[in-house]
Amino acid sequence: MPFDAANLLPILPEIVVAITASLVLMVDLYLKDEHKGFNHTLAIIGLLVAIGFTGAVGGGAQELFFDGNVVRDAMSDLLKGAVLIISIFAFVYAQPWLKDRGLLLGEYYALGLFAVLGMLVMIDANSFLTLYLGLELLALCFYALVAFDRDSPTGSEAAMKYFVLGALGSGMLLYGVSMIYGATGSIEFGPVAQAIAEQGTKDKVLIFGIAFLVIGIGFKFGAVPFHMWVPDVYEGAPTPVALFLSSAPKIAAFALAVRLLVDAMGGLQADWQGMLAILAVLSMGLGNLVAIAQTNIKRMMAYSAISHVGFIFLGLLAGSSQGYAAAMFYAIVYALTAAGAFGIMTILSRKGFDVENLEDLRGLNDRDGWYAAMMAIMMFSAAGVPPTVGFMAKLLVLEAVVRIDMVWLALVAVFFSIIGAFYYLRVVKLMYFDRPTTDAPILSSGGVRAVMSVNGLTILFLGLFPAALLSLCQGAFA
Amino acid sequence: MESVFPLLTLVIWLPILGGMVVLASGDRDSNLSKWLALGTAVLTFLVSLGLWIGFDSGTADMQFVERGAWIPTFNVWYFLGVDGISMPLIVLTTFITIFVVVAGWDVITYRPSQYMAAFLIMEGLMVGVFSALDAILFYVFWEAMLIPMFIIIGVWGGPNRVYATIKFFLYTFFGSVFMLVALIYMYFQADSFSILDFHELELGMSAQVLIFVAFLLAFAVKVPMFPVHTWLPDAHVEAPTGGSVILAAIMLKIGGYGFLRFSLPITPDASASLDWLIIALSLIAVVYIGFVALVQQDMKKLIAYSSIAHMGFVTLGFFILFALLRHSGESTGAVMGIEGGMIQMISHGFISAALFLCVGVLYDRMHSRQIADYGGVINTMPWFGGFMVFFAMSNAGLPGTSGFVGEFMVILAAFRADFWFAFLAATTLVLAAAFTLWMVKRVIYGEVKNEKVAALADLDKREVFNLGALAAVVLLFGLWPAPLVDVMHKSVEHLVAQVSVCKLPAAESADCLLARPAPVAFLAP
Repeated sequence: MPFDAANLLPILPEIVVAITASLVLMVDLYLKDEHKGFNHTLAIIGLLVAIGFTGAVGGGAQELFFDGNVVRDAMSDLLKGAVLIISIFAFVYAQPWLKDRGLLLGEYYALGLFAVLGMLVMIDANSFLTLYLGLELLALCFYALVAFDRDSPTGSEAAMKYFVLGALGSGMLLYGVSMIYGATGSIEFGPVAQAIAEQGTKDKVLIFGIAFLVIGIGFKFGAVPFHMWVPDVYEGAPTPVALFLSSAPKIAAFALAVRLLVDAMGGLQADWQGMLAILAVLSMGLGNLVAIAQTNIKRMMAYSAISHVGFIFLGLLAGSSQGYAAAMFYAIVYALTAAGAFGIMTILSRKGFDVENLEDLRGLNDRDGWYAAMMAIMMFSAAGVPPTVGFMAKLLVLEAVVRIDMVWLALVAVFFSIIGAFYYLRVVKLMYFDRPTTDAPILSSGGVRAVMSVNGLTILFLGLFPAALLSLCQGAFA
Repeated sequence: MESVFPLLTLVIWLPILGGMVVLASGDRDSNLSKWLALGTAVLTFLVSLGLWIGFDSGTADMQFVERGAWIPTFNVWYFLGVDGISMPLIVLTTFITIFVVVAGWDVITYRPSQYMAAFLIMEGLMVGVFSALDAILFYVFWEAMLIPMFIIIGVWGGPNRVYATIKFFLYTFFGSVFMLVALIYMYFQADSFSILDFHELELGMSAQVLIFVAFLLAFAVKVPMFPVHTWLPDAHVEAPTGGSVILAAIMLKIGGYGFLRFSLPITPDASASLDWLIIALSLIAVVYIGFVALVQQDMKKLIAYSSIAHMGFVTLGFFILFALLRHSGESTGAVMGIEGGMIQMISHGFISAALFLCVGVLYDRMHSRQIADYGGVINTMPWFGGFMVFFAMSNAGLPGTSGFVGEFMVILAAFRADFWFAFLAATTLVLAAAFTLWMVKRVIYGEVKNEKVAALADLDKREVFNLGALAAVVLLFGLWPAPLVDVMHKSVEHLVAQVSVCKLPAAESADCLLARPAPVAFLAP
């Protein structure tokens, strides 16, 4: 089949990100040390242009490109937009931190942008091959980013753990893919779904394949019992990297799950529903319970992330368009909340001092009332207390599981969210009820403050007016 | 009936926005933020009086209705309206908030603007709870309320505040999330989140029982009923005076309101078959908690336990109606029980607020709430002593004060249902007199106990205004409760009519404890 240049149009955002990443690599060679900040500007501009192109080429019905290996639909438009926006947040929060430590290097931006590219490719994927390509691009960049502060032994250790377990997860995924390829004879999602519809769901090989796919997804999301890497990596990684890792890739992982389970394996929903239910209950339970015992705030956020993954799975396993929309809403909201919470930690860190422990937030309200308010919004949103958007996200997910008559699952979910409320409240308690133990000034530029305000107020605004984002999410699965 | 002017929206959002402005005004000029807060509170109260004036007490329909799309895809509406049950509670809320602002005027020195803002935002959210007619909107206000209260107790509370406020938050959060699942379940039955549609919904017995239990968890924690009351004494003792006032005067009422708005009309059959449980818990609250109050050493704790006992009266009044219906089949007694409970709620709002303010007055001077530290206060604070004795008397249900009216109506209704209910309920007259008057005897009367008491200064203007205004209202509704009864009468009658009809589907109609619905009459074409 001859190559058609029209194929390039819908992947313009990816092209822009790839060009920016390459530009950063090139330009960085010629930048003097005091001008390294230009990389940052370049990356932000690239991401903004990519957002613009996402909007420009988006909209309309589903289209397939590159012989059916790449898809552009309403879901990919929205998820790409969300990933790009949250990546901008991540870069902006990271910049002062990196500068303080002499790590403001071109490599950070090049790796970060290639990771973004990987996420975009995952979102676009319509075949196992494209999906795997994106996944590995993302993962390899993050292995390197976690070890980015190469003088830090914990960082190297975390990167090693992440690499080994990430490779294991990818291996599982590939193993599952090979079985499905064997059973259906195709690696494109459309033909796979068609083959499953034709030959029925009784094939043992298919069932094995789906089990391995779910394990792979569990690894990438960090769902219990495939969660062991999450706390160690969050703790060991430099704070801005943990921020990046905890936010945008969750959206990409959501895309991975939908592309695999819904687009390709929708016919086997009865099989993966039960698996996801087990993962969801375990994740919500273990995540919330273990988070209580943490004194390190990054580990606490890691266990919190695990519990939120359980909620995302609740929406997915409902197997209805409402459920997918609810899970998508949840994933986006979660990424925004995690970016904000880690953003505060990054901002509060100074040269030679990192916010590691819960104690480091003590008395934040007296040191900086506005950042304390923003962090409180993030915590209440994560706990699911109205009027923040975290409540709306939980409401939608619960609605989806009640709709399929799994009221027990909804009860389990709300029960664990009560337990979860405790450790989020403890953060608020430390910030508001306790007096600061240090009076070190909080240095942050007006730009960072503005971006953080946008991040926090968006969470409040979406909680009061969720209709627009919700209808976008529903439009993706209409 | 849609309202032309969005009065309810104004009463909800005026204090919230005012609170934001107070917050933004900061603490550089603390007078500015205080006056802004007071202005907002007074203005909100005046606006809310418009609800009372414009209220049509001749109908049980929702009034001042506003309806706008909020989340259209899930049929969630910004749907507000009030009837005779919610309207007096809204006015109570806006009224009490003024005193909270005034009471914190000089006392709060740590970040007064945040303190005032928290109470104003709280006020708007509480009004929202009372006026929301959409279940999700209700739930959002209901839960959002926890945030300012959590912060109020935690930041401005006593030494053990962190324990108290986290206990408070988790208890109430625990109670309410199960209600959320029940609301979602009903959404799929009714295809709507409108509370009024839930009222019409036909539900099987097992579903009703589960929903009833979910609501019970939410409201019983809020009221609070025995045995989930233990958060209240802790929260009260640690909360600043204003926090205690809002907790006792309004937040507890939200639980009682929930029973009237949700439990009774949505699950009448489950309520009818489980009313023994509520009545038993209410009587335990009245008798047992009354005894517990007797032995308290801490004034705030004593008043907190007294609140629990009084709220037991309220729930008794609400749930006595099934016994009455079974007993006699007529509804006047049932109406009286619910009206008695309602009046008890409003009156307790004034009296408990006043009592907590009284304790606040003493605490501000002596920094102790222990009864043993006081004695002979009347010698140095004659005005204060007079007020305190008056409010204590009304707390004990002295005729002529508003405390008497509600208790009397509930006891009367209980008498018609069962002599022993009335007998046990009436022990409160003895117990409440015992625990409040004994406290007054030890604190107010007798010889001047120590030099600290001897050095006490009597009330200042601010405190006289607070206590005087509340005393006037307590007397007013004690001597002339008619306006209050008139306002709610039609709505309560409507509620009783709604509750006395079986809501089970036709297949289960054999299990109806309540009257079966009348067959639909065919109208002549």
